[in-house]
Amino acid sequence: MTDSTFTSPTGAKSGAVTGTRPEKEMSVATASLADAATTGSKPSMRSVSNRERGIKATIKHIVMVLASLVMIYPLLWMLVSSLRPNDVIFREPGILLTTLEFSNYVDGWNALSHPFSHFLWNSAIVVFGSILANLVSCSMAAYAFARLDFKFKKPMFALMLLTIMLPVHVVIIPQYILFSNLGWVNTFLPLIVPKMLATDAFFIFLMIQFIRGIPKDLDEAARIDGAGHIRIFVQIILPLMIPALATTTIFTFMWTWNDLFSQLIFLTSPDMYTVPLALSAFIDSTGESNWGGMFAMSIVSILPLFLIFLFGQRFLIKGMATTGIK
Amino acid sequence: MSVVAELQQMRKKPKGERRKNKDNRAGHLFLLPWTLGLFGITLFPMAASLYLAFTDYNLLQPPEWIGAENITRMISDDRLHNSIQVTFTYVFVGVPIQLAVSLAIAMLLDRGMRALPFYRSVFYLPSMLGSSVAIAVLWRQIFGTSGLINQVLEMVGIEGQGWVSSPDTALSTLIILHVWTFGAPMVIFLAGLRQIPDMFYEAASIDGASRFKQFFTITIPLLTPIIFFNLVLQLIGAFQNFTQAFVVSGGTGGPADSTLFYTLYLYQQGFNRFDMGYASAMAWLLVLIISAITVVNFWLSKYWVHYDD
Repeated sequence: MTDSTFTSPTGAKSGAVTGTRPEKEMSVATASLADAATTGSKPSMRSVSNRERGIKATIKHIVMVLASLVMIYPLLWMLVSSLRPNDVIFREPGILLTTLEFSNYVDGWNALSHPFSHFLWNSAIVVFGSILANLVSCSMAAYAFARLDFKFKKPMFALMLLTIMLPVHVVIIPQYILFSNLGWVNTFLPLIVPKMLATDAFFIFLMIQFIRGIPKDLDEAARIDGAGHIRIFVQIILPLMIPALATTTIFTFMWTWNDLFSQLIFLTSPDMYTVPLALSAFIDSTGESNWGGMFAMSIVSILPLFLIFLFGQRFLIKGMATTGIK
Repeated sequence: MSVVAELQQMRKKPKGERRKNKDNRAGHLFLLPWTLGLFGITLFPMAASLYLAFTDYNLLQPPEWIGAENITRMISDDRLHNSIQVTFTYVFVGVPIQLAVSLAIAMLLDRGMRALPFYRSVFYLPSMLGSSVAIAVLWRQIFGTSGLINQVLEMVGIEGQGWVSSPDTALSTLIILHVWTFGAPMVIFLAGLRQIPDMFYEAASIDGASRFKQFFTITIPLLTPIIFFNLVLQLIGAFQNFTQAFVVSGGTGGPADSTLFYTLYLYQQGFNRFDMGYASAMAWLLVLIISAITVVNFWLSKYWVHYDD
């Protein structure tokens, strides 16, 4: 390998280039950090002959395909099992379907005190309330931190960063006492109101990062034209930060949809149950006798996440890359 | 800049420039919701739980000051000690394995892989679903007595066991679940690898450095800030995991408390037994543990994390 470096550096170069994606995409990849995360591979300048490279690539692909299968198999198996009779689930590790059985979905949908649509609806209320609250409150805070100059900005900013890492457990008990005194326990308010007060500081941080990338000339031009902060924020910054808002929407959706801990604490009657609580109650009430129904409703419950995965992945990966990279 | 780097920089160099505070009114107006939240929903509750930590409180009667009694109780609470041990095992086994796997896969994917976006998606999917109740339900079946794992083992003639119902293996199934969700740190590693300039590798190749050597002298050092970032966040996150242990053990932390995560025990004390004074003391201990580990992490980072600038 080291020998070929000296004998044919040019050959190695062309070999590496043919194995990669078009030039155009590369320029996009270098354009910004976040883009780098979402575009394809970059050219590598390995000093390996074409054939050796080909064999290596093939082996790599085989390893990757196997690894992918291992990773995905449990999910596929759950999907397939949800379409099988209960007794088959326990003796069929394969994922080939001979018959389609939709009865699990009917059973599961009606297994609890309310039809499953009731819980989906409750979750939808909590999720959309949370999204709206996060979008408004976090973008306002982010604009202040990224663009405005005010007293105590530095200590406030430091506090904001620290709250990102604060475990929710240290505030949840007094919050519970507070909300129960307000009569809010067993309503959706304890799950949404804190988000109206920008307690999900992670998103403030994400948006600050994004606003910092918007040229300041735009604000200044508007200011010269007589626009105030509210107009600059609403008419200039907000439209330009739609990608960051999209990332926030998707992450809030994901985290709220999956969140068991706080929903378990604040929602106590089956009437108010959300999807995680319903599934959790399902496994408690039927024990382990109705895996088919449980799998069917599990599939229903991850369907929205899967749709986000299909259509919103770009924003997810971008969001993680921008906040994760120095 | 990541949260972690931002905090580090803040500590490093206090800015000398004097602030004019020209947007005082607008600034505080835009921050009003956040400020209300900071005091009303975060700082005040933190102070309240610090106070409650020294009381006996069950929601019905007013809190009764008992001094350090909750602390002495914690010192002699065997279930608490066990839950700390369970959590530490989960965190300090699960997180390093998860990060090692995610780094390895990211390295394999990074250089000249044609179907990168496809593989990245496939590996990322589990980490999107991993914290849901649905996946915890699935795990309970897969590692159950007649679950998927045992069905597969049976095919090759090995007699399995009830993995989630045995105290020896239940925690391992949760660690496996944690490792399975390596996609999120992997995506961050991939983005970090993308930032290493090719010229470093070219120069090293010309100098005759083997791939193996390049990995340890170029890739790893330049990636240390990202490794550090992932490590800090994954550790903080893993300490707070709850859903999987709750669902897989049916809320008990069983069998024989072998999956009694710290957060699960805290939940039981606070919201099953409504022993809110004790639960508050536990919550503060959790904050102290996580802070201590994070501070040690930052301190250690001086010795192994490279910053060019």
